[in-house]
Amino acid sequence: MAGVSVVRPASWPLRLAWAAFALYLAYALSHLELTPARFLAGLEFGQKFLAKLFPPDFQRWELLLKGLKESLEMAILASALGVVVSLPVSLLAARNLMPGWVTWPARMLMVVCRSFHPVIVAILFVKAVGFGALAGILALTVASLGFLGKLFAEAIEEISLKQVEAIRSTGAPFMSVITYGVLPQVHARFIGFSSYELDANLRNSTLVGIVGAGGIGGTLFAAFQRFDYDFVCAIILSIIAMIVAGEVLTNAVKRVFRA
Amino acid sequence: MPGAAPQASAVPVSPSGAAALVIRYLCKEYVRGKPILRDINLEIASNGITAIIGPSGTGKSTLIRCINRLVEPTAGAIVFDGHDLTRLPRKELRAVRRLIGMVFQEYNLVERLTVIENVLSGRLGYVTPANAWLRRFPRADVGEAFDLLDTVGLAGFAHQRADALSGGQRQRVGIARALMQRPKLLLADEPTSSLDPKTSVEIMTLMRDLALERGIPAVVNIHNVDLARRFARRVVGLSGGGVVFDGTPDGLTDHHLMQIYGGENWLE
Amino acid sequence: MTPATVAGREWRRFTPAERFARFTVYFTIVAAIVLSVRTVEVIPEFIADAPEQIADLFRRMWPPDFAYYPLEIHPALLDSMHIATVGTVLGIAMALPLGFLAARNVTPFAWINWIARLVLIAARSVNTLVFALFFVAVFGPGPLAGTLAIAFHSIGFLGRLFSEALEVSSAGPVEALGAAGAPWPSIVVYGYWPQVAPAFWALALFRWDINVRESIVLGLVGAGGIGMVLDNALNLFQWTRVAMVLVAILAVVVVAEVIVTYIRNRII
Repeated sequence: MAGVSVVRPASWPLRLAWAAFALYLAYALSHLELTPARFLAGLEFGQKFLAKLFPPDFQRWELLLKGLKESLEMAILASALGVVVSLPVSLLAARNLMPGWVTWPARMLMVVCRSFHPVIVAILFVKAVGFGALAGILALTVASLGFLGKLFAEAIEEISLKQVEAIRSTGAPFMSVITYGVLPQVHARFIGFSSYELDANLRNSTLVGIVGAGGIGGTLFAAFQRFDYDFVCAIILSIIAMIVAGEVLTNAVKRVFRA
Repeated sequence: MPGAAPQASAVPVSPSGAAALVIRYLCKEYVRGKPILRDINLEIASNGITAIIGPSGTGKSTLIRCINRLVEPTAGAIVFDGHDLTRLPRKELRAVRRLIGMVFQEYNLVERLTVIENVLSGRLGYVTPANAWLRRFPRADVGEAFDLLDTVGLAGFAHQRADALSGGQRQRVGIARALMQRPKLLLADEPTSSLDPKTSVEIMTLMRDLALERGIPAVVNIHNVDLARRFARRVVGLSGGGVVFDGTPDGLTDHHLMQIYGGENWLE
Repeated sequence: MTPATVAGREWRRFTPAERFARFTVYFTIVAAIVLSVRTVEVIPEFIADAPEQIADLFRRMWPPDFAYYPLEIHPALLDSMHIATVGTVLGIAMALPLGFLAARNVTPFAWINWIARLVLIAARSVNTLVFALFFVAVFGPGPLAGTLAIAFHSIGFLGRLFSEALEVSSAGPVEALGAAGAPWPSIVVYGYWPQVAPAFWALALFRWDINVRESIVLGLVGAGGIGMVLDNALNLFQWTRVAMVLVAILAVVVVAEVIVTYIRNRII
């Protein structure tokens, strides 16, 4: 985006909006009891707390690795399942390819999947199918469907239909029209979105364990409850490392496929 | 040369020899009560180029797309290869579409695919979706694709991406793709409108020569009346949703052009 | 066999190097999936049982307990909105300076860039929920912990995208202001800010939308808001109340998206 430096003339409606917003902030701050006194007291306690965190304790590294491994597995499987499920749903949701009575339910499904935080979905799955990685995988897949499906559908809606028209005119069957006319146009973006989703799932997989859906989150939560803060610090550092590594890897994959 | 006398009239003159395509009472309205095409009756000869001329927005594109039902006709019949296309269920329609090759104004190539993949897409009606996905086409087809590329003057371009080509080159690929279908009819929707004058002549020459050589009749929408005169064996003038001229290029007088296009000034 | 030589009518879709790279990636992906399936601790019977269990859960949640709403849900919902909004504002306030420090064209000292980026990466990789666990341990349960959690996690997201926006802004206006002798704060306000402002507001809005979703969950670990209500209902197995909370959450999220879309279309 080129530098658009438009100096907006301060308009009264905008000023009023800002003033209203500032008032709201003041109200909210007091409503939430965010008093400076409380904040300062907390800061002091926070300092002591930070001291408890360091140095990180890697003694129980086997437990740590087990948790990380499970999170990784959950992220991989949820992403794979998510892609597999999102592809047909996003095709159905594409308004330039499908009639309204097909796109509407598909889009509604994706909206509902997107609206709930993966942790909430995870809780529900835990109640339904029990503790463990299955609940986590299912929860992450639902979240993937919501986000990936939307991104895929938007990409499909931006394609040039002329290319599709030409393939249709050769008498190609429907699936060939999709794979030859639609997919090449969105292929690169799909790969980008899928790697993004793998990254997101990796992050989320570290969370859902907090509610019992498997992965390192459970280990983390347990450590918190035991006040084992050195271990907590070790876990968090490992999570950060895993996520950063995941990012590096997915960037490499993206480059291979764009070539 | 068909034996019909060059009579200019609104009543279609039937050329001798079997018609490749017969259009009867074709109507199309996008908005109810405002038909774009009114009772079009045409018989397309079984060889040579039939040019359709007429002002913009007069339904030339619609007419061409009704022929292979890329646009659904509101009423009428399209008889080709012994079938009325308007009555065919989807599967049979696809089978007949394989026999109709189409060239588009904006080439409509799949930009991100290579030239050879685009040419081979002409055979998509003959391979399973799985093979299409894996790009597994019969060897003979691959060989023919390379030969076609040579014929249209694009030898050596096979592995370039379609969006790396110039307009004229892309249209050649479009023609190769259409011919790859081994069609019994060629449709072209303003194939030269996006090209400069010199390239336009090259493309029209290519189309005419190839169509004649392979005995494929062609229906071509053309913007440019001079090109129509030069390359077509027969000219059909469309105006106000109906056919107002149907005859040979020689019979196309200024009077007729005024009927088709209206107004005098542009003729000067 | 080399691809596409004169005599070679073989069609090679990818060069050998490309094929190797693609194969490696495919192999890795498949291997990762297969390994995960084999080692993840999931009891197969549970998978088979899952659809039935999920259906059973839905049956127990129907119909949602609408009477529950005004009592407990409404104030808690508002709390979550406050947490999200105040948290986002706080996050913006902290992200802006960090973004400036991390941008290589604004702050030319590499080690400062490095430290700022490190802080941003850490903030981004530690999820809001984990921050909430921290702050609940430090400040005790309640909305303060939630607000700070939202703020700190948002720093990572906002700071990074903000610094990226700064790095692609053009140097022209900045140079001009520097040449005119403007002091550093002025250069920032008049040189950089106008260029990144639209992107920044879009980012802030986007982050607020996400934070609304995240703030809902924070109650599950005691950091205030509707999450605590949900947690209670879940622990007491009051499924119809759970359903009501979910419906309320859905409504809030949809409303937030509507607001964001509206503001984005009108103002940005």
